[in-house]
Amino acid sequence: MGPVTSDVADDATATRIDPGESLPPLGTVGLLRWLWRQLTSMRTALILLFLLALASIPGTILPQRGVNPLKVNQWLSDNPTLGPILDRLGFYDVFGSPWFSAVYLLLFISLIGCVIPRVRVHWKAMTAPPVPAPRNLMRMQYPSELATDLPAAEVLNAASASLRGWRIRREGDSWISAERGYLRETGNLVFHLALIVVLVGIAVGGLFGWKGNVIVREGSGFSDQLTQYDAWGGGRIVNPDNLPPFSFTLSKFTVDFERGVAQRGAPRVFQADVSYRTSPGSAAQAARVEVNEPLAIDGVKVFLVGHGYAPHVIVRDRTGKVVFDDTVVFLPQDGNFTSTGVIKVPDATPSLGFNGVFLPTAAIDKVRGPHSLFPAPDDPALFLGAFKGDLGMDAGTPQSVYRLDTKNMTRIGLEPLRVGQEWTLPDGSGTVAFVGIERWASFQIAYDPGKEVALVAVGLAILGLVLSLLIRRRRIWVKVLPGDGAGSLVQVAGLAKADPGRLPDELARVIRALSRDDVTTLQDPAPPKENS
Amino acid sequence: MTSVQLAQASNGAIYAAMITLAIAMVAFAVSFAVGRRRPAAVVTEVAASAVPVSVGTTAVLTRPADEPTTQDPGRRSANIGMSLTWLAFGLLVIGVVLRGVWAGRVPWGNMYEFSITAAVAVLAVFLGMSTRRDLRWLGLFVVIAVELTLGLAVTVLYTEAAQLVPALKSYWLLIHVTAAIICSGAFTIAAATAALSILRIRAERKAGDAQVTGWLARVPSGEKLELMTQRIIAFTFPLWTFAVVAGAIWAENAWGRYWGWDPKETWAFITWVVFAAYLHARSTQGWRGTRASLIVIAGWLAFMINYFGVNFLASSLHSYSGVS
Repeated sequence: MGPVTSDVADDATATRIDPGESLPPLGTVGLLRWLWRQLTSMRTALILLFLLALASIPGTILPQRGVNPLKVNQWLSDNPTLGPILDRLGFYDVFGSPWFSAVYLLLFISLIGCVIPRVRVHWKAMTAPPVPAPRNLMRMQYPSELATDLPAAEVLNAASASLRGWRIRREGDSWISAERGYLRETGNLVFHLALIVVLVGIAVGGLFGWKGNVIVREGSGFSDQLTQYDAWGGGRIVNPDNLPPFSFTLSKFTVDFERGVAQRGAPRVFQADVSYRTSPGSAAQAARVEVNEPLAIDGVKVFLVGHGYAPHVIVRDRTGKVVFDDTVVFLPQDGNFTSTGVIKVPDATPSLGFNGVFLPTAAIDKVRGPHSLFPAPDDPALFLGAFKGDLGMDAGTPQSVYRLDTKNMTRIGLEPLRVGQEWTLPDGSGTVAFVGIERWASFQIAYDPGKEVALVAVGLAILGLVLSLLIRRRRIWVKVLPGDGAGSLVQVAGLAKADPGRLPDELARVIRALSRDDVTTLQDPAPPKENS
Repeated sequence: MTSVQLAQASNGAIYAAMITLAIAMVAFAVSFAVGRRRPAAVVTEVAASAVPVSVGTTAVLTRPADEPTTQDPGRRSANIGMSLTWLAFGLLVIGVVLRGVWAGRVPWGNMYEFSITAAVAVLAVFLGMSTRRDLRWLGLFVVIAVELTLGLAVTVLYTEAAQLVPALKSYWLLIHVTAAIICSGAFTIAAATAALSILRIRAERKAGDAQVTGWLARVPSGEKLELMTQRIIAFTFPLWTFAVVAGAIWAENAWGRYWGWDPKETWAFITWVVFAAYLHARSTQGWRGTRASLIVIAGWLAFMINYFGVNFLASSLHSYSGVS
């Protein structure tokens, strides 16, 4: 992101204006220099900005791995020809793809190459006196001429006095050159430099930060170890064996849904009451985690991101021995929490497996099959499909707890169950009892040491932006020339690029200060000359 | 008032505002139709700064009168349009406030509520600016935009007031959404002045040394329109940056990450980048003028895609239109 603007047409930017029209010179050094000039030119920055915007668009149209990996797989299987090609080109991970990275890295190189020299130039401009008055003031913006009997020194004194807050350079009794609005370029540079720091903050977060997801059932606990996470991802420098040693237990999860007509079923309350310890030996503390109100432990934040149901099921084998007694996490599939899950019973002989659909408020019809009408457990039912045979758990390959591999299994039957009901499997393998429902909550646990850096930098960036867009750099000159007779001639003019802002008013104030009984305006000012 | 009465009063105020705006639209259109000449007020406004005028031996400072010296037949109906726009603004504010009272929270829980508030924002920016300069020529375009927004709001987007989903229960709703809604108003006006500047500059080029004729004679010069666009963007771009950052802080608080390339976030980013490109274009040779104005329109389109497209088409964490 090159320079936001150059203001007064002056030395500060003259070297950078429009290298696009020159041809590349011969020789390696010349070519490299030419390439560097091209890269750091405003036009290149502009084109890179357009490319950045364009390159982002596919990331909002195609499903993205970082946001929704399941949808990406769905898309790939739906589009067998185009899908893999797009996949290889990185279209399912746009914001991590080489071409997207190339655009923003080039943009930042362009920014650095552009901003660093300007820091030097701006420092010089701020420490050097304003430029001398031009020879012919009447060709500048908003010129006026006045005749006066006053001595030149007094005229210039009055002009200086009316230019409070301006940086003034005075050349004896002949002219004054005043300038202000330096904060514009300062803000501009602060903004661009702050963007680099934002990028550094993001990089720090990417390298040192980590985040993981975990589902915790009511009454169960979690301790911050890699093996306990359902999903975990960390930066290159993170040692996953050395996570902060905190732990927590989900004591109670409260949820409430809209029961009115408008937005029926929309969530209204999520609350997870937990008790946590910062380390195994420390005392337990109670806390409530809500959406928008994460729990912070040792710089790590615990966010409540989702919830669902965990039916409690007891399975007995043909001898009546309990082979399974636990709550099972079912994942919600729609807004009304029609949830699916899998129960695996390897301890039975032969092994048993169940595909389940849990409905908090059960309904069934021909089109949709069993589905839920409302997210709260008003009329819960559990539909189970039973299988027996080889669960495939001994093969050594890791299995998803949410999928039942029925390749080597035979189907026994299907049965809907209400809470408290027991189903005797039709082949005599045993019984299944649906004894109750518990809830689970899913937490995102994240550590990002770069976010404070990014936040401070972004605050500076906004401050710089406001300065650079609202302040205008402008100049005013007052010149005293010998008049026709005994008096002298005073010329007043200014210069501002693009947007004059308050410059006309400020010039008027100077003229007002000079317009006394002994001063006569000779010439009405010409119409303002903009964009000279 | 009971809940039903509040609902009726809020909806009634919105409908009354729509009717008022429809009449204002006619009034503004009439001013374009009858007054072909460029109103003098616009001409004199160029030199609205204080300039010294010599009187005898004393230099006296006067401010040129803003009032046109010639009678402009379109002025009267344009004034009627402005008055009606103020009235509609008042009615809309009442409608939005009553909606908030009815729902018992800030009225920004779904797209219907965003839209009526955005309509208020567009009018607020327009009327606020009109207190400082003559903007009667812009009235028609603003009123059309607001009327379309409201029409969409009451037909497609309408939802009964309900409580907020937990993700929206945060004071960041007030900060992030207020900033975004003000931006929607300002970006819309900027897109209008940018579009007008493109048309006006084409007309100026065609007219050559002669005066621009036709309805474009009533809008300010292309140069002034471009300056106006730039000033609006100079104000809005930092605010939009703030809105995006506030959203990121909120996202960090609610979802555990400040940036996740969710479609809404990505389009907010695209909007930001496009307007950043506009600011760079303003100081790049060969990109000032019409090209820069086109970028403003592109930025506004990105903003609109974010508002409508993402809520209806994409699956996003930000999908809370409330429309089923």
